[in-house]
Amino acid sequence: MYETTYHKAGNVAEAASLLAAAEDGQLLAGGQTLIPTMKARLAAPSDLVDISGASDMRGITVNVSAVTIGAMMTHAEVAANADLFAICPALSNLAARIGDPAVRNRGTLGGSLANNDPAADYPAAMLSLDATVVTNTREIAADAFFTGLFETALAEGEIITGVSFTAPGKAAYQKFPNPASRYAMCGVFVSVGPSGPRVAVTGAGADGVFRATEIETALQAKLDPHAIDKVSLDAKAMLSDLHGDGAYRANLVKVMTKRAVAALD
Amino acid sequence: MTEVSMTVNGSAVSAKIEDRTLLVDFLRDHLKLTGTHVGCDTSQCGACLVHVNGQAMKSCTMLALSAGGTRVTTIEGVAGDDLHPMQKAFNDNHGLQCGFCTPGMVMSGIDMVTRYKAEGKTLDEAAIRHELEGNICRCTGYHNIVKSIQEAAGKM
Ligand SMILES: Cc1cc2nc3c(=O)[nH]c(=O)nc-3n(C[C@H](O)[C@H](O)[C@H](O)COP(=O)(O)OP(=O)(O)OC[C@H]3O[C@@H](n4cnc5c(N)ncnc54)[C@H](O)[C@@H]3O)c2cc1C
Ligand code: FES
Ligand code: FES
Repeated sequence: MYETTYHKAGNVAEAASLLAAAEDGQLLAGGQTLIPTMKARLAAPSDLVDISGASDMRGITVNVSAVTIGAMMTHAEVAANADLFAICPALSNLAARIGDPAVRNRGTLGGSLANNDPAADYPAAMLSLDATVVTNTREIAADAFFTGLFETALAEGEIITGVSFTAPGKAAYQKFPNPASRYAMCGVFVSVGPSGPRVAVTGAGADGVFRATEIETALQAKLDPHAIDKVSLDAKAMLSDLHGDGAYRANLVKVMTKRAVAALD
Repeated sequence: MTEVSMTVNGSAVSAKIEDRTLLVDFLRDHLKLTGTHVGCDTSQCGACLVHVNGQAMKSCTMLALSAGGTRVTTIEGVAGDDLHPMQKAFNDNHGLQCGFCTPGMVMSGIDMVTRYKAEGKTLDEAAIRHELEGNICRCTGYHNIVKSIQEAAGKM
């Protein structure tokens, strides 16, 4: 790891000014992506601004069906929150299956969204739940937030402070984990709210997380696993790598969608 | 260089370290607590697992400065006059071969048993295998590790 200068921020405003003062600073949340990247010398920030102690980026609130989650909430904290489980168990179950117990004790919602790994779980949930990503300067709809592989709408120095969404009537997430890395080979989050089904897919798209609109239309007509039997997805729009080619992943999207629809809760 | 202080295995420690020092390097190189191992560069093997404020964390994926002010427990800190029940169970059930992964396995085992007890959940074989997702062993084939944790769970 290259040399760096470490700072601790007690709140969002402090983090923003520390970042602005740094030559080439980067936020350090749970470090479960950034530290391995720095160890591999693929990132070399001049300064690290540790936001793990930022008190105004924490907490989960559930008010009837309005949910907010602070960016610094760890995967383990999200998984263990009883209020969230009562209203959106699909999201709790998703958090409980990210990585392994030690990763879940440090990795955070904000870090996962900012990183937008094409195989990460949370981006699919946020897109399907029609969530709003809240930053220190503005609110961004999930539909506009994820812009490509490891790319987001975040500006230089912009800090995610949390997310908010309306809990859907029903939702489910089904993940087909890569047997070695446990990241999603394909993960499908289906939620059914007042405006109908929203289906978001991670791990499979060539451009990262995406909404499967053909599948949404089919499910709008009939909310049943077999409703998507005749939908065909373009294999060329899918990731193709040594773990599975485009046709394999296109099929996996349908299989995981069917399982999610059958598991709607 | 920055001053860091924390409590390791019950003792207060402090040192001036480079900001980029990983917690595992602080434990091994500065405190000479070499029971915590480094088995990979990719945060996947769990040989470096320690408890920070009672939670399982990979000490290779955390800066020592981020652990400032915390209570850290390493494999050297789990035994009293006798071995910890988890260590004894690994011994009795042949839960190790080369022993490289064992410190992480024991720390992970203690964490899962404590957590499941606190939540009133049953730690059966399937749950142990799921909880061990972040600990890799190249020798044992896991069967005896699972058996060891299962036996210790009854005694903790
Ligand atoms: C072994 C292993 C297995 C894993 N398995 C999975 C898995 O199955 N599914 C999955 O989804 N993920 C998985 N992960 C990734 C994990 O979820 C990470 O925790 C997550 O991707 C990043 O979160 P973090 O808090 O650790 O962020 P960090 O590593 O601290 O930061 C990541 C990036 O986001 C930026 N950032 C962090 N917080 C903010 C913020 N609030 N605002 C703006 N930018 C910010 C940082 O500057 C950095 O560029 C795995 C990781 C490991 C090591
Ligand atoms: S050395 Fe920490 S996970 Fe492998
Ligand atoms: S006993 Fe050799 S790696 Fe596990």
